[in-house]
Amino acid sequence: MPQYPRYVHHADTLVAASGRALNHVTVADAELGHLTLDDIQITQQSLRDQAQIARDAGYTQLAQNLERAAELTVVPRDEIIAMYHILRPGRSDYAQLMALAARLEHHYHAPICAQFVREAADVYHVRGMLRHPDAL
Amino acid sequence: MTESQRFKVLAERDINRETFVEPWPEAGLMVADSPYDPQPSIQIVDGRIVELDGRQIDDFDAIDTYIARYGIDIAVAPEAMALDSLTLAHMLTDVNVPRTHLLRLATGCTPAKLVDIMRHMSVLEMMNGLAKMRVRRTPANQAHVTNRRENPALLAADAAEAALRGFAEIETTVGVARAAPFNALAILVGAQTGRGGVMTQCAVEEALGLRLAMKGLTTYAETLSVYGTERAFVDGDDSPWSKAFLASAYASRGVKVRFTSGTGSEALMGSAEQRSMLYLEARCLCVTRGAGSQGVQNGSISCIALPESLPGGVRAVLAENLMAAMLGLEVASGNDALASHSAIRKSAKLMLQFIPGTDFIFSGYSAVPRRDNMFGGGNFDVDDLDDYAVLQRDMQIDGGTRSISEQEAGDIRRLGARAIQAVYAEMGFPVITDAEVEAAVVAHSSEDMPARDIVADLAAADAFLASERSVVEVVAALAKRGFTQTAENVLMMGRQRIAGDYLQPAAIFDRTFTVQSAINDPNDYRGPGTGYRVSGERWDEIMNIRQAKSPRDFIVDRLGSPIDGLDAYGQAKRGGSTEVVVAIGPAFGRVITKTIGGIPHEDVLKAVLTGIAEEGLIGRIVRVWRSSDCAEIGHVGAKLSGSGVSIGIQARGTSIIHRADLARLNNLELFPQSPSMTLETYRAMGRNAARYAAGRITTPVPVTVDNWARLRLIVKTALLHRRETEEIRDLPPEALRLDWEPEV
Repeated sequence: MPQYPRYVHHADTLVAASGRALNHVTVADAELGHLTLDDIQITQQSLRDQAQIARDAGYTQLAQNLERAAELTVVPRDEIIAMYHILRPGRSDYAQLMALAARLEHHYHAPICAQFVREAADVYHVRGMLRHPDAL
Repeated sequence: MTESQRFKVLAERDINRETFVEPWPEAGLMVADSPYDPQPSIQIVDGRIVELDGRQIDDFDAIDTYIARYGIDIAVAPEAMALDSLTLAHMLTDVNVPRTHLLRLATGCTPAKLVDIMRHMSVLEMMNGLAKMRVRRTPANQAHVTNRRENPALLAADAAEAALRGFAEIETTVGVARAAPFNALAILVGAQTGRGGVMTQCAVEEALGLRLAMKGLTTYAETLSVYGTERAFVDGDDSPWSKAFLASAYASRGVKVRFTSGTGSEALMGSAEQRSMLYLEARCLCVTRGAGSQGVQNGSISCIALPESLPGGVRAVLAENLMAAMLGLEVASGNDALASHSAIRKSAKLMLQFIPGTDFIFSGYSAVPRRDNMFGGGNFDVDDLDDYAVLQRDMQIDGGTRSISEQEAGDIRRLGARAIQAVYAEMGFPVITDAEVEAAVVAHSSEDMPARDIVADLAAADAFLASERSVVEVVAALAKRGFTQTAENVLMMGRQRIAGDYLQPAAIFDRTFTVQSAINDPNDYRGPGTGYRVSGERWDEIMNIRQAKSPRDFIVDRLGSPIDGLDAYGQAKRGGSTEVVVAIGPAFGRVITKTIGGIPHEDVLKAVLTGIAEEGLIGRIVRVWRSSDCAEIGHVGAKLSGSGVSIGIQARGTSIIHRADLARLNNLELFPQSPSMTLETYRAMGRNAARYAAGRITTPVPVTVDNWARLRLIVKTALLHRRETEEIRDLPPEALRLDWEPEV
């Protein structure tokens, strides 16, 4: 059961997305050039722990968001931005959205996000929010 | 008709520079209760919402569908929707109904239901509701730091100062989009110099904003805009799904997210679909919550002038804030873009959020001058900071800021500007000169800054954005150049990212860099004596504004040693008919030796005696010991006066011409405006008293009326009176002789 704030209660066991322990993320390390951006990134597990904390406190939708986020931690930065663009209205046809969902599901093991994209595709189809065939 | 002078004056008032229009529901120009707004309704079949606010599932637009799937808790909906809206409104104002109870019920409300609850509530009741429903127990404030010239030294200095002033978040934006990485960097470094733990963000296009956050240059994102109609949403280049995905993308990198919505945006975008602004905002809020955003910036924000042009607009804006809080969303409650020309109107509007307290009272208090604010002006700006500090002090309210001295401001500004200078130097960005740093220390606005080569800055910003370099290199640069504390604080924001505690609702960092959020600092207001109270050190800080001084030495320069040659010679007796008694208070010319206006008492006495002599009468001085009251001093003098007429003078200079046969609180002439009195007034007072005594026709002495004097000098007045009162003795009136003769 994660305790909150995790920074206070779990400082000894917290690790960054890179696997580096929180205790080894120091200014001295930065100065020596030993740190990368992944050393200050949150892990999938940390996000799931925060989701649990949010859910227990009654913030269900925030918990769902953090669970989607947990799935997305493994998607590279540039690709996440690209995925967001694909999901914006008028950008993609149905097949492209299905392809995005498949990539999320199979390549990144992100079933919640995949389902979310499929659901969007269906709504976009009904509401005329898919890419217009004449679009440039 | 001849022009009315009064209406001419009114026409020139600031309030009459605003636009006021009548409601027009078909154009969406109606803040609430449009005849086209739907009635609340819900139907759930097999665990699915098939009817929402009068619309059937087959007719759902994308927003309806999203709300039906994510925005409403179907386990609670039947119970919540069956409750009378009036009952729910009562529960909101009833301090005995806990916040958690309402949070649960609100999750089952449709947008129209939320609006229907608001319909029953006055502004005062909504404020009560907001005090209870605010997510975080401790209120806070957010600052805007921008400038027209995108000067990094000035951005860092202003951010450092804003952080020191207590703002928990600082938001910047850009004039030129390409400046974004550098502006974000400048306020990050400045803020972490001013106080570790201040969260920062840069409002730019969604994808660019995400890129900045991923580089670690921002710690939260706020401007994820949502809209209440499908058309406006799509015009905003998003759907509820893409926006929710964006929120998850931010969270996947440990970045706090707050959505933005507000009344009037849909009408401004031409697609309000005849619905009222408040109803559309309720839809936005259900989408926001459904998307899993921990909070919202609402309160009309940049559209504020539109609801304010309509009746009930300011009330509707408060209703927005309250609906959001009911949904468990952190609320950054507007008060940012220019909302009024009128200082009265803008201050009055602010009270609706300031008094109950919100998670962020301003979603951008302009910590820079209005003309440097790139967000739409800044309804309150840096020029108003002292006013704001006084409002906190007046009402014992924590508005999220504190007053700092010029020295403190200068020191922290220099440190912030030097820190960004070091980062630029170390990372090979265009040089920030020492002259720029020094200009930033003392600058008020970007006009006080030397020009920079913006082309070089933008090229460097492009390269930085495209590179793999990130906040990690910034930390290293700061450390190498000796800005150890700033380096520690910037990295700490990264370390906190690993923990993810600030992803929880309403999270900020306190001064010990400890997170405060809905989880560990939930609002527990339950009426008097509960919830957040301004007390202890925080109250000390709020009350000790930089202008406050000790009143103990306020009147020192009015005190002195007794007048030379003013000697007592026994108990005062009644005199002859050609005299006017000059009755002075217990402290006059002894302990206190100058009037409040700074005139030496000796000169006052001589002026009065000269005036009396000019009319051929004799002035006789008497000290009244038993009272410091002006009327009483004068009245005692009158009863001793052979002519029945006296002049009574308090030590502070307030005077009266009295006559023995008048009631104590009546008078012949009263001179209450002691600060405006001159020696000529005192002399004229002497002449008039003598003329009354001699039975001559007398015109009252003209006195200057300065209604501001009382306002300015009331503390001094009180202290001088108190000092004179301390000198009261249980002694009969005393005869005095001044070793001096008037030359007439």
